[in-house]
Amino acid sequence: MADDKDVLRDVWFGRIPTCFILNQDEVTEREAEPYYLLLPRVSYLTLVTDKVRKHFHKVMRTEDAEEMWFEYEGTPLKWHYPIGVLFDLHASNTVLPWSITVHFKNFPDRDLLHCPSNSVIEAHFMSSIKEADVLKHKSQVVNDMQKKDHKQLWMGLQNDKFDQFWAMNRKLMEYPTEEGGFRCIPFRIYQVTFLFSSCV
Amino acid sequence: MSDNAESPTETQKEESQPPSDDSTTNDDKKKIDVLLKSVGDTPIMKTKKWAVDRGRTILSLSQFISRFLKLDGSEQLFIYVNQSFAPSPDQEVGILFDCFGSDGKLVLHYCKSQAWG
Repeated sequence: MADDKDVLRDVWFGRIPTCFILNQDEVTEREAEPYYLLLPRVSYLTLVTDKVRKHFHKVMRTEDAEEMWFEYEGTPLKWHYPIGVLFDLHASNTVLPWSITVHFKNFPDRDLLHCPSNSVIEAHFMSSIKEADVLKHKSQVVNDMQKKDHKQLWMGLQNDKFDQFWAMNRKLMEYPTEEGGFRCIPFRIYQVTFLFSSCV
Repeated sequence: MSDNAESPTETQKEESQPPSDDSTTNDDKKKIDVLLKSVGDTPIMKTKKWAVDRGRTILSLSQFISRFLKLDGSEQLFIYVNQSFAPSPDQEVGILFDCFGSDGKLVLHYCKSQAWG
């Protein structure tokens, strides 16, 4: 694991320069300036865009601002995919900065999950961790962890603390060869589709 | 960890199909067996074993269960795999079956409140 540390760091600190532009149909009281951020690839859009919401709220009336959502060239961006996946999936050929359009109305229920609070992101993130551990260790490692250990993983991600996250994630990534290593190696394939669900 | 409140009696063997809203062909190979079990005080379904299209999403299945149990629109429904994690609503049951199914079926637990965090 020690040899991989540089790679882990490089992956963790991967950033995408992004320009957030308010959708032109939003009702504003004065013109909205674009907002620039370096987005962490391993995080989630709705987790790192509080500043974007605050920035645009300044030029809008509260009653005109519903749940914020993002779109790139007509495609609503699923917040529950990691940011890096979204970029590689939809925008890998784009000129940087990545230009994302911000919406505050007409939430596309058919394409996106609602994200009313960070606890929804946390639940999704922890579920992914558990899902992976079922495949790696039959849930053994994640079940042996305490609540505070789960919290440490989440806080590490939320606060962009590499050492805090990896001190715990290390356990989930161990594969004692005397026990035959991981049962299975979990990976997920993301595809661009134009249908959210096959039957609604 | 809450335990499964279901009675220990054997599950029903009858095969049923939730209404399919899409136009894909009902090829048997495209369907998998799903066993639905309730947790805690969530009502049980008389029919537990269902043949479900592989491409059906967790969201669609959850809407089906909510309709079946006649839950209020305001009541949430959580679905768990392996009594451990809640798959995201856009995951398809076929993939979950491939990864987490056993004995030719996928066991899903459903609950009106969060059971396994």
